[in-house]
Parts: sequence; structure tokens; C-alpha cells
Amino acid sequence: MQSLDAVSSEIIAAIGVADSLDALEAIRIDALGKKGRISLMMRDLGGMDAEARKQAGQALNKVKDEIAAAIDAKQTMLASAALNARLSAERLDVSLPSRPETDARLHPLSRTIEEVIAIFAEMGFQVAEGPDIESDYYNFTALNIPPEHPARQEHDTFYLPADANGKRKVLRTHTSPVQIRTMEANEPPIRIIVPGRTYRSDHDATHSPMFHQCEGLVIGDGIHMGHLKGCLIDFCRAFFGVDDLPVRFRPSYFPFTEPSAEVDIGCTRDNGALKIGAGDDWLEILGSGMVNPRVLENCGYDPEKYQGFAFGMGIERIAMLKYGIPDLRTFYDSDLRWMRHYGFLPFDAPSIHAGLAGGAV
Amino acid sequence: MKFTRDWLFSHLETDRPLAEILDVLPMLGLEVESVVDRAAALTPFVIAEVISAEQHPNADKLRVCMVNIGAGDLVQVVCGAPNARAGMKGVFAPVGAHVPGIDLTLKTGEIRGELSNGMLCSEREMQLSDEHDGIIDLAADAPVGASFAAYAGLDDPIIEIAITPNRADCLGVRGVARDLAAAGYGQLKPIDTSPLEGSFDSPISWDLNLAPDEAHLCPLVSGRAFTGLKNGSSPAWMANRLTAIGQRPISALVDITNYVMVDLGRPLHAYDIDKIDGGKLIIGRAKPGQTMTALNEKTYDLDEDMLVIGDANGPDDLAGIMGGERSGVSDATDKMFLEIAIFDQIAVATTGRKLNIHSDARFRFERGLDVTSPEWASGYVARLVMDICGGQASHMVIAGDGADWTREIFLASDKVERLTGMIVPKARQTKILENLGFTVREDAAGLQVSPPPWRGDIDGAADLVEEISRIYGFDHLPMVHLPREHVVAQPAVNAAQARPLRLRRAMAERGLTEAVTFSFLAEKEAVMFGGGDASLRLVNPISADLSIMRPSALPNLLSAAARNQDRGEADIAMFEVGPVFLGDEPDQQRTAVAAIRHGAMAPREWHGSRRSVDVFDAKADAEAALMVLGVRRGSLQIESGGPDYFHPGRCGRLLQGRSLLAQFGEVHPQVASHFGLRNSLVGFELFLEDVPLAKSRGPARSYLKMSPFQPVSRDFAFILDDDVPASQLLRAVKSAAGPLVTDVQLFDVYQGKNIGDGQKSLAVAITLTPQKATLSEAEIEAISDAVIAAAGKNCGAVLRG
Repeated sequence: MQSLDAVSSEIIAAIGVADSLDALEAIRIDALGKKGRISLMMRDLGGMDAEARKQAGQALNKVKDEIAAAIDAKQTMLASAALNARLSAERLDVSLPSRPETDARLHPLSRTIEEVIAIFAEMGFQVAEGPDIESDYYNFTALNIPPEHPARQEHDTFYLPADANGKRKVLRTHTSPVQIRTMEANEPPIRIIVPGRTYRSDHDATHSPMFHQCEGLVIGDGIHMGHLKGCLIDFCRAFFGVDDLPVRFRPSYFPFTEPSAEVDIGCTRDNGALKIGAGDDWLEILGSGMVNPRVLENCGYDPEKYQGFAFGMGIERIAMLKYGIPDLRTFYDSDLRWMRHYGFLPFDAPSIHAGLAGGAV
Repeated sequence: MKFTRDWLFSHLETDRPLAEILDVLPMLGLEVESVVDRAAALTPFVIAEVISAEQHPNADKLRVCMVNIGAGDLVQVVCGAPNARAGMKGVFAPVGAHVPGIDLTLKTGEIRGELSNGMLCSEREMQLSDEHDGIIDLAADAPVGASFAAYAGLDDPIIEIAITPNRADCLGVRGVARDLAAAGYGQLKPIDTSPLEGSFDSPISWDLNLAPDEAHLCPLVSGRAFTGLKNGSSPAWMANRLTAIGQRPISALVDITNYVMVDLGRPLHAYDIDKIDGGKLIIGRAKPGQTMTALNEKTYDLDEDMLVIGDANGPDDLAGIMGGERSGVSDATDKMFLEIAIFDQIAVATTGRKLNIHSDARFRFERGLDVTSPEWASGYVARLVMDICGGQASHMVIAGDGADWTREIFLASDKVERLTGMIVPKARQTKILENLGFTVREDAAGLQVSPPPWRGDIDGAADLVEEISRIYGFDHLPMVHLPREHVVAQPAVNAAQARPLRLRRAMAERGLTEAVTFSFLAEKEAVMFGGGDASLRLVNPISADLSIMRPSALPNLLSAAARNQDRGEADIAMFEVGPVFLGDEPDQQRTAVAAIRHGAMAPREWHGSRRSVDVFDAKADAEAALMVLGVRRGSLQIESGGPDYFHPGRCGRLLQGRSLLAQFGEVHPQVASHFGLRNSLVGFELFLEDVPLAKSRGPARSYLKMSPFQPVSRDFAFILDDDVPASQLLRAVKSAAGPLVTDVQLFDVYQGKNIGDGQKSLAVAITLTPQKATLSEAEIEAISDAVIAAAGKNCGAVLRG
């Protein structure tokens, strides 16, 4: 019979060369299993006298612990090696493309309208709306543009068929009718903007039969043309993000305002490239004026008591200027290449606190 | 309106350079559209005299000329023009000059061995005309060495300004000059408007054939006969100015009428007396059935709404719009009758629009003329005619009582400041108005102001404020920030207006790109999508493709998709939020939210996520839109079926109670093919107005009780008839599972092997979340039994073995 030392050495040696978890398990069973060599030796202790049993038992327990520890250590080592081998086999080419994400865009028009709303919201304006199909009265007459007025000819109006009374509706040629609708339905003070679709029967490089305007109307006590100037300068500087943007007010004519002013912003043109800001040239961007007393009267307001200002701007025009979009007609073409280039990601919401410049593209 | 610098300065005494004038015009409300300086390109060209012209020794067709350019030595020029000869005066371009007609900058050269130091030019080479038969041959008295551009009257820049509809007075050069003078840019030069007596009685008289209540149609008209006229060419200064503004000189008499129209904004009409039958010109309404051939050689059918002037032979002048061919002046005219009239603006506008005639006269008449001009212009124009064409003038004949143009408008002392915020001293206000021709009477409370007869646009104090402030200068307007009514800004949009803003983001997050398409479309497509109502058909569409208001946003999205497909885009996902029209009343306009998907849900890629779009993608888009609009998923019902433009077996409606919220489906193959779309195609549409606003319960959420107990799940596979909708089974299961159910998922649909014909297997998982205590097996068993029983009872479903 082999000595305990010899058995122990042999088992420890076998553990050392075991090259798999299965082989290690076989060694464990051979040594420490129910019928293992160490286990059998433990069983034989029963036939010994007390003193010998104590000595042999201690020796056996020590060997047993040593073997168990050796198996544990080997097992950890082998498991780790096996894991490493598996991980190594599981290698992926991470340079492969990830799953595609959608990158759909919002239209520059809705983006621009939101920017306009954000700025005017800050100045206490609320959004008002009106129908695209208007009566002649709201689109023209109430705005001090009577039939056969030369200003009507400049509107290139789309007409709908005459009704039984011979009255024909029009596609609104501007957002100004909402001035009338708002004043009819509300008492002063009023501060509204009206972004919306407008229509004129004109189609060429710089005209579209449908386009967008944003009307503004402020009525209150003591609102004068200086407020118009302040409000529109504040708007232009915020919208274009140019703090020292020069803004010029030039006398003009609209039947529904008196006095009337066109508003120009400063720019420079350099080899066809346009830059908004202090420069040697001017760009016309909107029309404005003090609400004509006749319009106030048409809405049942006493012009001696209330006065205010109105303005209107082309959304496409200010979007083109701000975002460098060269061609008006492309706005309505829904060309996905154009949208990917000029559109806005949906999370990029314009706000006063986060900025209006448009971030990621 | 176009004029030249010198033309303007003929009315304005000023030492201001043109550049300053051009800068101030827009600040007066007269927008400068263009300035063309024809002389700029011709600066180096001078008048020269050919002293000698010898045959070139080496070329038959060339001559060697010695040229006197008015300074320094004679210059040698080799010239090929057949008319080059000693003693002639021509136009010389020195070395270094750019010759525009041949786009060449001249250099010293040798032509066949002879030195050439410049060029004698033809009109074509100077881009003055196409004339190239020889070099320019100037009059013998042309000053050698002088600028050719100045000599030829080309150094007079052409200015074009835009005139707003209210400023009829600036449709004449004199009106522009008056504004500039009022703004301190010079003095308005006087013109002689004194009466001219005339030397004989006019053989032509007026017959104002208007009912007493229609006298306003022609309140005043003057006329004067001229005899012994010589109607040749108009003088060079007049011809040059007319040419500069794009009007071809015709004859002295015609040119005078055109010139005065632009000069004073006063249209005139000239008749040949020999062609007037009966000695009377009758002003009145046309009779139905009458026709007239106008000066544009077109014949017009007249009606009784039209104001005309005629003689015994009928009408031959469309009042204020265009004269007739029959009685107009010709080159042979030596006896003329000249009309200076006022016609009703609306009458002129109505007739002009009806006959679609756009003339310079109509443009001025319908904006309003100086109603006193038939009297004061009569003498001025008569003197001009006789200065140019000689002859004698008759006494003036005049008809009409005149229009009452005098009015007094009160301008309160504080009005300018109240309306503009600008403080303009009272004396300055008075001065500005007086400079513009207004009569002003100051009193304690303000100014009593009478506008001049040429300012028919002024009808209230606000107009006076505009006059004062534009001349004083808008630059003086104070910049005042709008007072803040709230320290923290209030929302600018209400709950309904906020919905499209959120919806757009949500749609884009789902991979749908936003489109903005036209509100109109082709009638055929309107009909295809349930529209086509005649009340929505445009009377004057741009084209047949854009002729009727749209009933749905889907067709224009499909057109947009087709355009993208034709550009090579395979997979297209787009949405639009915009108006659609059920009728022409304001309450028949809806805001549609529509989306389409075409092709596949992902690009070709290696993970395998690519698959064709199907009706469930459209359904998901519709459901997502409704969730954003505040509709609770649990409150939605689904119903199969939909409009004709969808596949009849693959479309559905989402409802809340009995109200339809949204429709979705696979686009009908015939519709897809109409638009030329070739791949899988689905879409949805809803109208925002159909989706009720979520009731606002304030920002606070309800109290959330979270169960401490583990949820348990049970799966069931049911076999049921194919025509029982899945939604029916889900409803039955959910309701039977009782209050503890927190989720019901349908996770498998199977038909085929082991399932009978006409049947399907639906697998459903329910999740139960106990609230008070962990569920016992028996409790779970009881719920399962109830679910199975309900599925059997309501759907005829049996548990799959």
C-alpha cells in the first residue's frame, strides 16, 4: 500500500497536468469521491485505535484539504482559460455598420414658424388663426381695399365660383384678414401673430401660388410707431441672431395701415454670397404700419381711443435669408435630398432658452 | 416710373449730387428700383476729326487716318470703314478704352505694317444700335475733344422708381421733384400754368351726355383746337428723354402727349380735327353692341358700363384708357383737338379690367389725377404744342362743374407724437405740409389742413401724420420696446394650437419626413380622394394640376413620393400637417395630419431589419399620432374598412365611441398606379378637429400605488374562426382577467398545419399584478378558467391542445 504522502503527491501531480474541467472532475472523483482513494483511506480509519486514528485522521484531513484546494485552484484556472477561449471565439467585427436609425426631418417652414412664435411669445403675443378660403370682405373691403382699388390688382387673387348672391370667395392673399376676425371677436388690448398659408396666382422663379406669411397686430392704449420700431427691431435681431443688426424703416403704402413702413435689414453681398448684418446694402423683409383708422372703425373700435400697429412678413423669405436657401420653389417640392440638407431634426426644438439658431444637421 | 436725372432736374433746382438724391428717395417712400448710367461705359470715347485719310500701302480696304482728338498730337489710326474720309467727325476710342460692342480693350497695334493707336467706332461697336456699315459720322459742328456720351445725351442716367398706389401725384416727374423739394433737397422750379387766351373759337365742342346723378363720371374736361401745326419729329431733348424711358418717339404731337403724361403725370388725348364728324365730342356711356378699334389696333365690344368719347360716327375713345384708331392724330395732322379730362377712377378701373387693357393712361386715371388739371394744364400744354409745332391755338372749351376736392382736415397738436412717438415742432409740421402743397391754418388746438388737388389720397389725420413723418424722416422714430405685460412670458399657443407642434416632432421621430405641399391639386385626384365639390374649384387656377382645393393631404403626398421615386429614392416616408377643405365655409376647413410610407421600413442593411411596409406601419403611425393628441390607447376601438382609395381588405378606422378619429390602410393598387408608385404603399390620415382635446386636469398626476408583489404571467393559445377579429378576443380576455390584469399581449398568430381551414390560432399573454397578497395557484387557476370561458363564449375560441 502506498504511503499517504505518495498518494497525495500523485494526486497533486495529476491535478497539475489536468487540461480540462472534465479531467479535473475525474481526478476529484478518484480522490475525494465516495469511493475515492482518500475517502477509502478515511473509511479505514475506523479500524484503528484511538491514538493512531487521531494521528492518521489529522494527516488525512490535511491531505484532503490540500487536494480540495488544489482542485479549486485548478478549476478556477481552467474556467478562466475556457472563458477566454470562448470570448476569443466570439469576436465580432465591430466596424460593421450599426442598425440604421431614421433621420427624418422637419420642414424649414414649420421650423421657421416656430422660431417666429418663440420670439413673439417672449414679447407677449399669442397665435391667432383664420380660414384659407376668405370672403371678399375680410380679405379686402374690411382692410380698406374697396373693389376696383388699384391695390387689389397687385394681389393676383385666386377666386372661387360666385354663390347664388353673386359673391365670390377668394383664397386669402395675405394673413391680414385675421386682423379683422380677431378685432371683431375681442376687445383690446390685442397682441397676436398669425402664421399661415396665403395664395396668389403667380408662379415663377420668385413667386409660388402658395406661400406663407406671418401677420402681427398690436392694439392698445398709447401704442405708437416707436413701439412698432422697437418690436420689429427686437424681432429681427433675435431671429437672425445678430445683436447689432441695422434695421431701417422706409415710408411705404398699405391700404390698411397709415403711416406705413417697409422694413429693411442690413446686409453685405460678396460675390453673390449674402451676409445678414451691418453692411453696405439693405434687404427688404417685411411691411408694417399703424393700423388705419378706417380698419379700426370697420371692426367697431373707436380710433380716437385705440391705436396700434400691424405687420406682415413672408416666412419663406426670412427662412431663405436665415438658412441660405436659394430657391423659393424648392420649399414645396418635398425633395428628400433637399429635406435632408435643409431640414431640421425633430429633437432640435427652437426656444428662447436653448437658442434659435438651429443646431445639429 | 422711369425718368432721367436731367428730366428730374428740369423741375428741381438743386446742387445735391444724384447719389444723395437716390439715397433719400426711398426714405420718402419712393423706392428706387434701378439706376442705369449709359455713359459709364462710354467715358473714354471722345469726338474726333479725321484730318487725313490715306490709302493703306499694304491693304486695299484699309485707310491710314490722322485724327485730331482735341488734345496733343494727331493720332494715327488704321481704319477699315468705307466712309472714313478727311474732314469727317467721328467717335474715337483711345488705347486702353474698352469697346463694349466687340468686348475688347484697345492696345497699340500694327496693322499690316502701319501703326494704329486707337479706333474710330461704329454704332454697333459702341452698342448704340446694330448699325455697322461705317463709322459714326457726326455733324460738322460736333465739338472735337468733347465727351461723346455728353454730346449724344447719353450722360443722363435713367432712374426707375416704384410708386405705391396712393402716390398718383408721383406718376409725374414733377411730383417726385416736389417731394424732394419738401424734404430739403432743392427748390421746385415754377412752370407757367397761366391761362392761354387763344385766337379763335374751337370748331369742336364738348357734349357731356351724362345723367345728373352720373356727373361724377366726368366732372371736368377741357379741350383746345390747334391749326397750322407742323407735325414733324419732336425736338432732340424730348425724343432723347422718351427714348431713355423706353418710349419710341413717333411724331411731335404724339410725343408731346406722352411726354406730358410722364412729366406732369397728366395723360392727354389728341384728335385729328379733320377726322371728327359733326363738330362735337360726346362723353357718355357706350351703347350695347357698339364696337371700337383702339390705338393698339384691337377691336373691343363695348357695353353700357363703359365711359366713351365719340362723335357722330360713334365712340372712338375709351375714356381714360386708350384712344381710337379712327380719330387719332397722324404724321399728316395739321389740325388737332387736345383733350384734358378727369374721369371717375372706378369707372376707368372697371372698364380697363373688363377689356384687359393696361395702358399708362389707365394706370394714372385709376389712381386719381389732379382734378383741377383740365384748367391749369390747358395753357401750359398749348404753349408747349405751339413751341414745337407752331400754329395757332383756339380758346379753351371746357365742360363739367368740376369735382369738389376742397376739404379741411384737423390735425391735433399731439397727433403726430401720439401716433408716431416723434416730437415734431408745430412750425415744422406746418412747413412740411406747405412745402408739399397743403394749405395750413394754425389754431390753438392744432392745424387745419387743406390738401392740394393732386393729393386725393389724403383723407384723414393719419395721412397727414404720414406726410409729416416721412418728410421729417422715419429715422427719427424712437425705438421703444413693447412693454412687458407679464414678467414671465405666457404661452403663445393654446392647447389646440400646441397639438400640431408636438405632432410634427412625433411624426419625424417615427421616421416620417415633413412635407409642405400645395393646398390645391388636380380635379381628378380630388375626386379620387372624396372631394371635387364645384364650390372649391378655382375660377382662375395656375394650371389644371392646381385647380381645386384638396379634400385630403394624401394625394399631394403621393405625388411628392412619386417625384422622389423618380429621382431614385426607394423608401419614402413622409407626413404633412396642413389644411384640407370639405367646403368653402370657414367651419369646413380641417387641419389634416397625413402620412405615407412607400417601399421598405429600413434601407438594405446586413442586420436584416429591412422589410416592406405594411398596413400595420400605417396603423402604428395613426395610433402614435392619436397618443400624441392625448387619446388613451385603451379608449380606441378598431373597425375594419375604409374609403375607396384604400385596399378594401387592408384598411381600418380608429374610433372613440362612435366618432371616427383616423383612417389607415394600404393604398389601393389602382390609386398607387395612378401616381406611378411601384412598391408597397400605405398611409393614414386624421383631422385634428375630429380628435377631442384632452380634458385638462392640471399638471399634477394622479397618485401612483405600486404593488410590492411580483407580477405573474400566463400564456394562452386559442383556436378560433378566421373571421373573428383579434380585437374581439383581446377585449374578451382582458375583461375576463379582472381588475388585476396589467397587460395583455397578443404574441403569435398562426394558420396552417394542425389548424383547421378557416381557423386561426392566436396566442395571448396576460400579466396579473397582485395588489394585496401573492396570488395562490388556485386564484391564478380561477382567473385562467374565466379567461378561457370568456374567449369561448364571446369568440367561439377553444384552448389549443
